[in-house]
Amino acid sequence: MTDAMQDRPTGTDEPVTGADVVVVGGGATGLSAAWWLARAGVDVVVVEAGIVGFGASGRNGGGCTHGYSPLFLEEQRLWPMMDDLLGYPTEFRRERVRIAFDEAQMQRFERMREIGDRLGLRSEKLDPGQLKDLVPLAGDTSIGGYHHAFGGHANPHRTVQAYAWAIQDHGGRVLQHTRVEGFRQAGGNVTHVETTAGPIACQRLVIAAGPYTGVLSAMLGAEVPVAPARAEMIVTEPLPLMPLGGVDGNGLYGRQTLRGNLAYGGGPHEWFDLDDMAGRRPQSSPVTRGIAKRVAELFPKAAHAKVIRSWAGFIENTPDGRPVIDRLPTVDNVVVATMSSVGFGLSPASGHAIQQLVTDGACAFTDLTTFSLSRFDGLDPNWRRELGWVRSGPNPESPDVG
Amino acid sequence: MATKGVDPTSVSGKMPTVDETVELLVVGAGPAGCSAAIEGARRGLSVILVDENPVDVETMNEHVPLSFGGRMTGAVRNRNAMTEAVLAASPLIADAFEAGVDVRLGTACWGLFVATPTAAWVGRPVAGLVDADGVRHVGFDHVIVATGSRDMGLAFPGWDLPGVMGAVAARRLATVYGALDARRVVMIGSGAEALLSVLDLLAAGVSVAAVIEVADQPVGPSELVDRVAGQGVELLTGHVVVRATGGAVADGVAGLVVAALDPDGRRIAGSERSFDCDTVALGVAAVPVIDLLESAGCRTVFDAARGGHVPVVAPGGATSIAGVHAVGDAAGIWAAKSIDPEVAIAEARRAVASIVDGSPDSAEAPSLPPVDLDGTLKRWVQASVIDADGASHVCQCEEVTARDVLEVRPPRYLGWEASTQKPTDLRTMLGNGPPSPDQVKRLTRAGMGTCQGRRCREQVAVLLALEAGVPLSDVAVASYRPPVRPLRLDQMTDRREQPAMTEHWQAWFGIDTMWLAPWELGADGRPLEVDDD
Repeated sequence: MTDAMQDRPTGTDEPVTGADVVVVGGGATGLSAAWWLARAGVDVVVVEAGIVGFGASGRNGGGCTHGYSPLFLEEQRLWPMMDDLLGYPTEFRRERVRIAFDEAQMQRFERMREIGDRLGLRSEKLDPGQLKDLVPLAGDTSIGGYHHAFGGHANPHRTVQAYAWAIQDHGGRVLQHTRVEGFRQAGGNVTHVETTAGPIACQRLVIAAGPYTGVLSAMLGAEVPVAPARAEMIVTEPLPLMPLGGVDGNGLYGRQTLRGNLAYGGGPHEWFDLDDMAGRRPQSSPVTRGIAKRVAELFPKAAHAKVIRSWAGFIENTPDGRPVIDRLPTVDNVVVATMSSVGFGLSPASGHAIQQLVTDGACAFTDLTTFSLSRFDGLDPNWRRELGWVRSGPNPESPDVG
Repeated sequence: MATKGVDPTSVSGKMPTVDETVELLVVGAGPAGCSAAIEGARRGLSVILVDENPVDVETMNEHVPLSFGGRMTGAVRNRNAMTEAVLAASPLIADAFEAGVDVRLGTACWGLFVATPTAAWVGRPVAGLVDADGVRHVGFDHVIVATGSRDMGLAFPGWDLPGVMGAVAARRLATVYGALDARRVVMIGSGAEALLSVLDLLAAGVSVAAVIEVADQPVGPSELVDRVAGQGVELLTGHVVVRATGGAVADGVAGLVVAALDPDGRRIAGSERSFDCDTVALGVAAVPVIDLLESAGCRTVFDAARGGHVPVVAPGGATSIAGVHAVGDAAGIWAAKSIDPEVAIAEARRAVASIVDGSPDSAEAPSLPPVDLDGTLKRWVQASVIDADGASHVCQCEEVTARDVLEVRPPRYLGWEASTQKPTDLRTMLGNGPPSPDQVKRLTRAGMGTCQGRRCREQVAVLLALEAGVPLSDVAVASYRPPVRPLRLDQMTDRREQPAMTEHWQAWFGIDTMWLAPWELGADGRPLEVDDD
């Protein structure tokens, strides 16, 4: 694959009027898809309403350990190469340690061991003493855990920007602050994406717009069921680096960054409606105190460490919590993708899958049947109410007084 | 199992812990905060007034909430003595006690949580407080934020030496704590607030060698300029800091070298002058402290006449969030307000009136003289930060230079050698949008340190504006998030966590079908029947 060095457009050039493939959504999924397409020599434009990675892709725990996914083996193959492939640092590091504080947690970690075994990936069960040897900040109150010789973690911000720069290096374009307002169709195909920067002609379209994937697909007559929610994380001051940073458990996900900060999340999410997001940035709440409690339990030797900030993110889920990567049934040239809250870590592989769907009509490296949109055929329109994924309590009066 | 229609792993059915409630919470016991608290009590409200002073020495050493430069005497380790000092310095605090206000010194507010449609579970508003005994949540009906001002950082060679501190910090240590360990100060900047600091330092017995100003004229009002000059302080306009020099390492600053600038802003060779001093006070800009407000979701605006990023407030102090008011310097800083405390006090009383009377605010916004904040700050950053040797850390916590910011470089500890064919810079990242300090922060780490961006965020914003060729008003405020004061994990722990929170706590949603491998799913994408074997 030639690494074509081209003058990188700065965005102050002429307006973009068309591309072979338009990708709607500048999160990890859309950017990865666009990067794979650009590498394959396809003329691609990413259209992002805000700034790349300012949705869930830049607010997650950086985990690369979702072994349940048909994309996992491809993801694991790719991550160690991503810095070189992209040409920018992602901070990816291998392996994951899980520490359990009750039997329910231990059972969940044993499930990951079973899955790893089936995939030919090694895990080792550890007792509390062994965990303390491996994890210097750990203490004495766990009941044991696992060291998986697979999985890992990376830096979400750096990775997202790396995708964006790499797309540009390959001659693709990334338009930020550009909102999609509609689509023009002809003969069963989408011919143009209507944006706040004018119409952009396209031969093919990818919709990977996170929480907005449903409403955009609906413009094309297709139902892609997603529900948005808010989740939170905290980060501490830097601590001495542990040999392995990918450590979590105790009801938390997260990692120690390469700078030494402990970045962890967990706890109750909050369901809301898409309209609630408009003009609003995600805000953290007192759930952060529950996260702090559990980080101190997970790493007793870090209990004195200072929490220096928190953040929240908006993330979408499908009714069964699993991704959709599929062609839309109502038009001939559109691929839709929502990674249903497991997107960041899988992004090297999800982008590859989307690219193959676009250019080849099918994914060659794994079976995407379980990601089909048709599994939601016949879904009750009230599915959110059935699942209880409804906003908590009464809708507060808009606090804005003007 | 779950009650049908409720997701037990979500916030549904859960509420934040509330340790106590009050009708009016006032944050900050300066003139505005004390006046608000006293007026609130006088008007029959239950009132809690919190002020983080005296701040403990460990926090001071982290440059929180002000950049103290290590210039504290040992007296700051004696909390009782410091509490006495704070009380003695602010007679209004005693008045607040007498008016029936629940006054809590040494108590910081680290977060305001107000329900929004995407964070509705908060319910009634809650403030997070912390003191020596720990963290508590206070439910409130109304909060008046009177958190005052802080200093803008300014990098130059040697600015990381002990003895380089903020002007507001120097003034606070001198006049409130009586614990400023400085004998001879050079003030950088000549705005009203910097000059008022000089006058207070002189009154406290500190010698002020000079005031250094990059512009051709002093920035502050002539009455203050004359008073400072009348005390024998030399005011050098058209000058910039070249470097701070140290003596014995532990003592920090021993001198400051400055140079004159030509009309193009270039240093004039041979114009260097040296001042003996043990302290350099950074007074180039007094910045409204809006962390609690912005992190709570209040709308902000860049208003040069009010000192930069300020909350959008009605003249009576109401922010864009019902129940949240801002008064004093937190709502905006201008010379007339800095000179006369009655301006802030009047704001405080109007805020209480609008809360108690519930009537729409009929006061008019003061008409303020225009301020060329964009020009002032760009001159300083260009002359000091950019034209310096380039090795100074704009973000000291994370060791990020101005060049690192402008080239969007990853941190050195990654050991990343950028390809010379693929330079990164703001242009390739920004594309067709205005500069984003949050985006730059994520990639360079500037602002991600333990001082929570207090020393660098304005510098980064100005650097971005200079590089992109846009006015400062085009650069969005970098977001604030709670806790706006660092909190230890064990402090932040909620020991009264509700059973509902504990019982249903999950790491990541409670969607069982998310955690199924492909071989556990049928061709229709649905889970296979489970056999018990």
